[in-house]
Amino acid sequence: MCPKLRSTDSSAKSILKPGAQIVVDTLIEQGVETMFGYLGGVVLPLFDKLYDAPINFIIPRHEQGGCHMADGYARASGKVGVVVATSGPGACNLVTGLATAMMDSVPLVAITGQVRTDLIGNDAFQEADTTGITRPVTKYNCIVKDVKDLARTIREAFYIASTGRPGPVLVDIPVDIELEKCSSDGSKEMNLPGYKVQTKGHARQISMAAKAINESECPVLYVGGGVVISDASEELRKFALKANLPVTMTLLGLGCYDQSRAESLDMLGMHGSAYANYAVQECDLLIAVGARFDDRVTGNVKTFAPKAKIVHIDIDPASISKNVRADIPVVGDAKIILSELVKEVEHRDRKEWFKKIAEWKKKYPFRYDNNSTTIKPQYVIEEICRQTNGDAIVTTGVGQNQMWTAQFYKFKRARQFISSGGLGTMGYGLPAAIGAQIAMPGQVVVDIDGDHSFNMTMTELSTAVEHKLPIKVCILNNGFMGMVRQWQELFYNKRYSKSYLANPDYATVARAMGAAGITVEKKADVAKAVKAMLAEKMPCVVDFKVEREENVWPIVPAGKSIHEMNGLDILESLA
Amino acid sequence: MKHIISALVENKPGVLAHVAGMFAARAFNIDSLAVGRTEDPDLSRMTIVVVGDDRVVEQVRKQLAKIIPVVKVQDFVDQPVVARDLMLIVISAAPEKRAEILSLIDVFKGKVVDIGQKFVMVEVSGPEAKIDAFINMCRPYGIKSVARTGTIAMPRQFKAEDNEA
Ligand SMILES: Cc1ncc(C[n+]2csc(CCOP(=O)(O)OP(=O)(O)O)c2C)c(N)n1
Ligand SMILES: [Mg+2]
Repeated sequence: MCPKLRSTDSSAKSILKPGAQIVVDTLIEQGVETMFGYLGGVVLPLFDKLYDAPINFIIPRHEQGGCHMADGYARASGKVGVVVATSGPGACNLVTGLATAMMDSVPLVAITGQVRTDLIGNDAFQEADTTGITRPVTKYNCIVKDVKDLARTIREAFYIASTGRPGPVLVDIPVDIELEKCSSDGSKEMNLPGYKVQTKGHARQISMAAKAINESECPVLYVGGGVVISDASEELRKFALKANLPVTMTLLGLGCYDQSRAESLDMLGMHGSAYANYAVQECDLLIAVGARFDDRVTGNVKTFAPKAKIVHIDIDPASISKNVRADIPVVGDAKIILSELVKEVEHRDRKEWFKKIAEWKKKYPFRYDNNSTTIKPQYVIEEICRQTNGDAIVTTGVGQNQMWTAQFYKFKRARQFISSGGLGTMGYGLPAAIGAQIAMPGQVVVDIDGDHSFNMTMTELSTAVEHKLPIKVCILNNGFMGMVRQWQELFYNKRYSKSYLANPDYATVARAMGAAGITVEKKADVAKAVKAMLAEKMPCVVDFKVEREENVWPIVPAGKSIHEMNGLDILESLA
Repeated sequence: MKHIISALVENKPGVLAHVAGMFAARAFNIDSLAVGRTEDPDLSRMTIVVVGDDRVVEQVRKQLAKIIPVVKVQDFVDQPVVARDLMLIVISAAPEKRAEILSLIDVFKGKVVDIGQKFVMVEVSGPEAKIDAFINMCRPYGIKSVARTGTIAMPRQFKAEDNEA
C-alpha cells in the first residue's frame, strides 16, 4: 500500500542538499513541530541543520527520558513522537523507551546517528549494532546506506509508525550519509510491498458478530488501547448503548468509556474490579475490541471467560487467537468496524444480567479506609480527581501508584490516562508527563508516581523547569517498592527482601532543581497541598508521605482465574 | 505436525535476522530454513519447516506476515507439494567396499561429485525421508561429513503430474 505523499517543494528538484538537511526537511514535511533528543558526535550534522529549523526541540537529561517524552507527547496528542539520539550509548539508552512504546502500540520515529559507513563493523568508537539491538523492540527499523534513500525511508518510517497497529520505527543514519549531498528529491514514492493494513472489517464477519450479540443473554464488552488509538470512543459509546452492553476496560483502555455510567464495569484483570472479573467469568459472549488478552487481564488463560463465545475485533491479525481462541475474528480498525456493527445490533433488555451486575457493583466497589488518620494513597488520588474535576491528563509510575490511579481516578475521555501498561516501565511517569504537557499546553497534567519509580528518571525535572512546564508530580511516597513489598507480604511470608531504600527529601530536590516542592505529612493537609500544586505555574513536586504498607485490592494471584481474587473480604469489611 | 511455510521477502539486509530473531523471541522451533533468490532480484524466498500444532503454526504465519519486509506467507499444509532437500555427503570408502557403495548411490539416484583413495563425496537430492534413508544406509561405511540445504518446496501446479514424492 503506497499512498501518494505530500511533497513540499517540487521546485527544489535540482538543488543539492546534504543528508542532514533532507532529514530536517522531511520531518517538517511530515508535520513535525516538536521533537526530543540528545546530541553526540555523529548527529552533529543533523543538529547543525536543526539550528535554523522551525521545530521546537526538547533536550532531555537522558535519552530514555527523551524517548518517554516523545511517547507521552504521542499518546496525549495522537501525533507521531520523534526522538533523536547519537550512536552507541545514545542509541542504547533509547531501548527501554522503544520497548515501552512497542508494547503499548505508540507511534514513534527514532532517528539515531551511526558511525561512518566505512567504519561499520570495526568496533569503531561509539559504534553499536543499533538496528540489531532494537529490532525486537521496534515495529520496523533500518539503516540508510545511500543518501538517495533517506527521504523515502523517513516517510516510510512515519507511515509505518502511525498506521495499522502503531509502533516505534527506528532509522539509523551513518554520519557520512548525513553529510553527503544529494538532489533533495531523491525517490519520493514509498516502496513497502510487504506492508498491508486492513482497516475495513469483513462484512460477513461483522454480521456474524452482530448476530452473536443479538442472541446473547449476558454479554460483556471488553475494550482496550486499540479504541483509544483508533479514536473510536464515540462509536464505542453509540454501539454499547444501542446494543445495551456492560463495558469493561483494560488499563490502556481507561478513558474510552465514561466510568460514571451504570454500565461501566471499570478495569478488569489482576487488580481490576470484582464486578468486571465476575461478569467476564459469567458472560456468554465476550466482545473484545482493540484488546489483546494480556496475561494481566486473563489470569489463568485456560479458565478465562469459560462460558463465553469470543468475538475479537483488532487491527492486528496476529493478536487474534494468540492467547485466547476467537470464535468470530474481525480484522480491521475499531472505529470503522464499530460504526458498521452498530447498524446491525438490536437493543435487548437483559434485565437479569444487569441486575446481577448492579449487585456485584454494589457489593464490591473499590474501597479503602477513609476514616484512617494516616494518609491513604487512594485518598490522595480521589482528592486530585476531585480538584481537577476528573479532567486532568494523568501519567503514572509503575506499581501500586499505577493501580490505585487506575482504580480511583475516574476518567472521562480517551488520551487522558497515560501509563506504561505492557512493559510496566518504572520511571515512565515524569518524562511522559513532560511530553504530554508539551503536546497539550492548556491542560492540567499530573504525574501520580511511586517514590521508587520517580527515583529512576527524576533528573528530567530540570527539563520541565527549563521549559517552565506546569506539570504536577504527586509522589505517593510509601518508602517501598510498594507493589513488590505487597507480593512479598502475600506470597513470601512478609520477608521484605531489599524492597526499600533511602529516599531523598523530594521537596528539597525539587527546589534545588528550580521547581516547587511541597511535603505533606498529615491527612488534613492533603487538600490544601493539592490546591497549592494546581495553582503553581512552575513544575511542582508534592511528596505525600502515605501509609507505608497499604495494599492494592483485589488481587488475582499469579496463575489463578480472575474470579479467584484475594482481598474481597477486606473490601467488604470496609463497607 | 510438520508445516512447510514459504515466505517471499524483500531482498534487504536484516530480513533474515528479523525472521530468525522473531522465531527465537517467540520460542518457535525451526526445523530447517532455506533462503535463496528468486527470478525477481528484489525478492528472496525463505522456506521454513516448523513443527507445532495448528495454533502455533497459525501464530508463526501471522507473526511472519507482520514483519514489514515479508511480502507474502503461505503454509503448504493441506495441499500437494513437491518438497526437496539437497545434500552433499562424504562417505569413507575403502577400496573393497567401493562397488557396494556405488550401487547404493545408484539406487538413490545420487551422483559422485568427488572421489579419493578412501572416500567418495556424493550429491543426493529428494524428499527429506529419502535423504534420511540414504544417510542411514551410509552409516555402516562411516560418514565423514554432511551438508544439507533444508527443504525447499512448491505446490504442485498440475494435479495430474506425478513424480515420486
Ligand atoms: C524499570 C523497572 N524495574 C523494575 C520493575 C519491577 N517493579 C514493578 S513495581 C516495582 C516497585 C515500584 O515502586 P514504587 O515506584 O515506589 O511504586 P509503589 O508500588 O510503591 O506505588 C518494581 C520494582 C519495573 N516495573 N520496572
Ligand atoms: Mg513506593
